[in-house]
Amino acid sequence: MIKSKASKIGDIVVVFICVLIIIVCLLPLLNILARSLSSVGALMRKEVILWPVEINVDAYAAVLKDSRYTWSLLWTAMLTVACTGLSLFMTVICAYPLTYDHLKGRKIFNTLIILTMYFSAGTIPYYMTYKALGMIDSPWVLIIPNCLSVFNMIIMRSFLYGIPESLRESAELDGAGPIRVLWSIYLPLSTSVLATLALFYAVGRWNGYSDSLIYMSGNRNYYPIQHLLYQLLKTTTSVELDPGTPPGMAESARMATVMFATIPILLVYPWLQKYFIAGVTLGAVKG
Amino acid sequence: MAAFPAKAPTLQKTGALKYVKRYWTLYLLLLLPIAYFALFRYFPMQYIQLAFKKYMIMIDGVKVNVWQMPWVDPWFDHFKTAFANKDFWNALKNTLILNGLDLVVGFPAPILLALLLNELTFKKFKRVTQTIAYMPHFLSWVIIYGLALQLFAPSTGLVNDLIRALGGGGIDFLNNKTWWVFTYVILGVWQSIGWNTIIYLAAITGISPELYEAAAVDGAGRFRKMWHVTLPGIRPTIVVLLIMQIGRIVGGDFDRPFAMTNKLVTDVSTVIPIFTYNYGILANKYGLATAVGLFQSVVCVIFLLASNKLAEKFGERGIW
Repeated sequence: MIKSKASKIGDIVVVFICVLIIIVCLLPLLNILARSLSSVGALMRKEVILWPVEINVDAYAAVLKDSRYTWSLLWTAMLTVACTGLSLFMTVICAYPLTYDHLKGRKIFNTLIILTMYFSAGTIPYYMTYKALGMIDSPWVLIIPNCLSVFNMIIMRSFLYGIPESLRESAELDGAGPIRVLWSIYLPLSTSVLATLALFYAVGRWNGYSDSLIYMSGNRNYYPIQHLLYQLLKTTTSVELDPGTPPGMAESARMATVMFATIPILLVYPWLQKYFIAGVTLGAVKG
Repeated sequence: MAAFPAKAPTLQKTGALKYVKRYWTLYLLLLLPIAYFALFRYFPMQYIQLAFKKYMIMIDGVKVNVWQMPWVDPWFDHFKTAFANKDFWNALKNTLILNGLDLVVGFPAPILLALLLNELTFKKFKRVTQTIAYMPHFLSWVIIYGLALQLFAPSTGLVNDLIRALGGGGIDFLNNKTWWVFTYVILGVWQSIGWNTIIYLAAITGISPELYEAAAVDGAGRFRKMWHVTLPGIRPTIVVLLIMQIGRIVGGDFDRPFAMTNKLVTDVSTVIPIFTYNYGILANKYGLATAVGLFQSVVCVIFLLASNKLAEKFGERGIW
């Protein structure tokens, strides 16, 4: 089809707006990245916008020298891996049985689960619960209480529903039990949705700070990186710098910490784009 | 369990036995999730009683649990205290204002972006634009606040440099109350606009190409197709998402306002979850904080049910 002139101008306008959007999305990060890599002098002279001036990695070195931050980054990474694994496990063992239409009690269980999406007990009741369970100020409070998201479970369940029942039936005829069917038929077909949910869970854990703030504030050793970063941004405390570092270094060190907390996720999510788009769409079909 | 269908008694027994034999492993799998929901979602609900009780650790030297604590008199005493507290009304006002602005500004934004992306004919460029537009969704609010601190700094920030270059004066985006609300809303749009297009773009894919062809035959241009084909095609999606967001208007995010707030703007930034945190966790006023939390949860559910009803009235499917 031959395009009309008006339509061509339209295309150019659309591309132009999209380029603007790209700039608006990227600029804040690029600006911080450039500033964190620039010398303090260049920052003072306001020479830095998108490209670093007088490149150096002093700020990053300063952060890496402070054991609180290196430990917190390591701890948060371990925490994220552990939480993601546990959450995936819980999500699968919750979603899979609920795909059996004949399972007795399925309706009641479904209703009880969905109810928790709309009505939650509230911060103080949760606080009291964790207190009763001895989890206040314990790192377990970051792992256990939110290890299963109903929203993600529904995504998983919708996906499993999409797998043709004939596969299950033929395996059952061969004498396979439900767990065997899950392990050798359903799970191998679910890698895409598992990747999506792993991303959701991992991002949630890596980015979370409020549970640590509310329920674990007394245990500084196990603050996740976002909580530490929160304190760094909110108070005058800074990365411990060697005596004699130039003034302004504290600011660069903050930006370097922001980058440390950001980069892991930015490295991962673009590769999973195809999957998480499918996941979000699946979640929207039936909430 | 008496849940098995009551047919002929003999048949029932063998049927039940067969059923259990075949499916007991499924119940085994469900054991942990059931325990999880019982312990971390339903067990906490007993502490809602605190909204009507006097919090005590011990009575006469004996440790007590929540069931043994005495009721307050009158039973709505904590609510009375809350409703007489101007901090509470301020928190409610802030919650409604911030969520309301999110609704007005943040809700249409991804729809417009989805329509725009749909017009992109270069597939590769479209993909790159999408990837980059999704990026802010993956940043935590603490990080976004960190970015904002640099970007919006009155004397050194890029945004104010730009404003000065255009002949304006420095604006203290994060410390001036009015500007703080503005920044809160704008950053909200920035963070969510790309991500929220996903559902709309998926809905657009579902529109039959024949409709576009028919519209083209009728001589419809870009905007008429958008207006008469694309928008009606994604109308059910828009309505469902709108219901959900209206339902959440008294709900509250903690991470976002709490990460962005500071001492100078607490008057406009303290929403109900922050109020609960301040009074409950920091000041140990458990009764009052639980009452306010309960108030919020109940109003939230009512709003959700009401907006769903409304949608059904307008002939949409609703969320259930």
